[in-house]
Amino acid sequence: MSAPAPPGRFSDDDGLHAHLHAGQGDFRLAVDLQVEPGRVVAVLGPNGAGKSTVLRVLAGLQPLTAGRVRLSGRTLEDPGAGIRLPAQVRSTGLVPQDSMLFPHLSVLDQVAFGPRHRGSSRTQARAGAGQWLQRTGLSELAERRPAQLSGGQARRVAITRALAAQPQMLLLDEPLAALDVRAVLELRTFLHRHLRDHDGVTVLVTHDAIDAMVLADELIVLDHGSVVQSGPPADVAKRPRSAHVAALVGLNLVRGTADGAAVQVTGAPGAVQVVTAGAHHGDVFCSFAPSAVSLHLTRPTASPRNVWRCIVRGLTPHGDAVRVELGGDLPVLADVTPAAVAALGLRAGLEVWASVKATEVQVYAA
Amino acid sequence: MARPDGSTRTSATGALPWQLLLPSLAALALLLLPVVGLLVRAPWSTLPQRLGDPAVFEALRLSLLTASAATGCCLLLGTPLAWLLARTDIPGRKALRALVLVPLVLPPVVGGVALLTAFGRRGVAGRWLDEAFGLSLPFTTVGVVVAQTFVALPFLVLAVEGALRSADPRYDDVAATFGASRWQTFVRVTLPLAMPGVASGAVLAWARALGEFGATITFAGSYPGTTRTMPLAVYTALNSDFDAAILLSLVLLVVSVGVLALLRERWTPGVSA
Repeated sequence: MSAPAPPGRFSDDDGLHAHLHAGQGDFRLAVDLQVEPGRVVAVLGPNGAGKSTVLRVLAGLQPLTAGRVRLSGRTLEDPGAGIRLPAQVRSTGLVPQDSMLFPHLSVLDQVAFGPRHRGSSRTQARAGAGQWLQRTGLSELAERRPAQLSGGQARRVAITRALAAQPQMLLLDEPLAALDVRAVLELRTFLHRHLRDHDGVTVLVTHDAIDAMVLADELIVLDHGSVVQSGPPADVAKRPRSAHVAALVGLNLVRGTADGAAVQVTGAPGAVQVVTAGAHHGDVFCSFAPSAVSLHLTRPTASPRNVWRCIVRGLTPHGDAVRVELGGDLPVLADVTPAAVAALGLRAGLEVWASVKATEVQVYAA
Repeated sequence: MARPDGSTRTSATGALPWQLLLPSLAALALLLLPVVGLLVRAPWSTLPQRLGDPAVFEALRLSLLTASAATGCCLLLGTPLAWLLARTDIPGRKALRALVLVPLVLPPVVGGVALLTAFGRRGVAGRWLDEAFGLSLPFTTVGVVVAQTFVALPFLVLAVEGALRSADPRYDDVAATFGASRWQTFVRVTLPLAMPGVASGAVLAWARALGEFGATITFAGSYPGTTRTMPLAVYTALNSDFDAAILLSLVLLVVSVGVLALLRERWTPGVSA
């Protein structure tokens, strides 16, 4: 076999073991994925990170250049050994971007499509599809055509269609993208329930951190075709290791060299320090929430505090708060109340002092 | 033309420019005057008894039969070819596509001569057909269908290929992940998606086959009852009885326009005006 598999927590004959190497033109993808049966892995990353490519190679729609894919003890692809099973026999259930419901088929026939091509008779497939629609609460839509469905309904049908194929591997490509807020909330609940019930492997691609946090057991963060971070969602959210993840989960992230409680920030103009509560040494990440940042017009005196001189770059509404983008000594985000914005007279170009309690700063090795 | 919101297509203000208006009117006149001529010169008084002539019925029956058979052949042969051109990367695809278009630019008479050299009793394929099966295509009804298929096929292939190209290939991908073979995907997904294009291609091919003259008379001759289709009957009548030619022309006009209107209404409601 090609690349030696990293020590997994579960058997090689169970779940998904994928070492994906693929590429087109200048783009190179190199991702390792291990997913236990019944568990959900979310692949998170910015546009162009290679998320959709991960799904395409897993589904067999695009070839691997190297690596290996094993699913439930079956080798789906191994270019080194000349193995490449076609998409038709891979037992995947794909929920593509934009749902891609067949425009000429009723909802019932969409859902019957998978079973129909995996050996069921027309009647069996339709009966099974009826049961699936009942299970996902879509029975009322059975006779409708895709053109008569709302965006959220279409997604639910696409998800039901994939589940009805009873795949060993469920692949979801941005299932919550481009829907209105209410539809997203409903669909997230829907997904949460039905992904829990799915006993195969689920790989979910998203650019939305909240979806990933809510739906996934494990998170993989991609950038430029490779994994920048992976782990349980809570860990990734608490300790981001890239500016992208930090921005996704809404944290400030700075990198520096620690010597005791003080961290010398790398890349900042001038000598900027972040004071932390514990003692650390060497290359570290410091992260803190925008809500932990307070703004002042005059230099605050209380200690032990981090105090930086900043310039307001912009203000945007953020939930109930106002997100303030700061430049200057250290570019950070601060969340303040609208009342504070009024009291301080915050506006772009204003010079302010930003402070963060040392205890609010998370420090971890880089 | 009024739109649903009540606005009209002339969104820009000002009078219609005569530079565009005059040629348009001339074009309309050119298209309409011959039809008017047919109607004016038609032998209305003797119409009922002339329509009763079995030769008229015979030619019309033959025309409808052969044009429909040719359309069927175009669908059976042309749709797969269109798929090959639109959805695969076979070597020489561009050259193949150019080849398919040849009958479009070829004068039909030349097409008829070419068909003779291919399927004539001593033609490249015809000799073999004759020796192996005792089959001879020229001067038979089947020959008429072959000639019509030859000239009509490009219309169908072009229309279907266009429709297949505009049908999103991601549907094929989705079908594949659900276990559908390429053939099943073609039948259950790709073809239904391309149906409007297939239908309009078939209508075009039928119209072209119905009007076929040059290739038919060259390849199949003009034998009453077996190869003399309506256009050939018109041409034959022209030499002896002008009124009969007009009458046959009128019948062909009414039938073809009627059928086309019916089909367009039914198959491509979006396209029909």
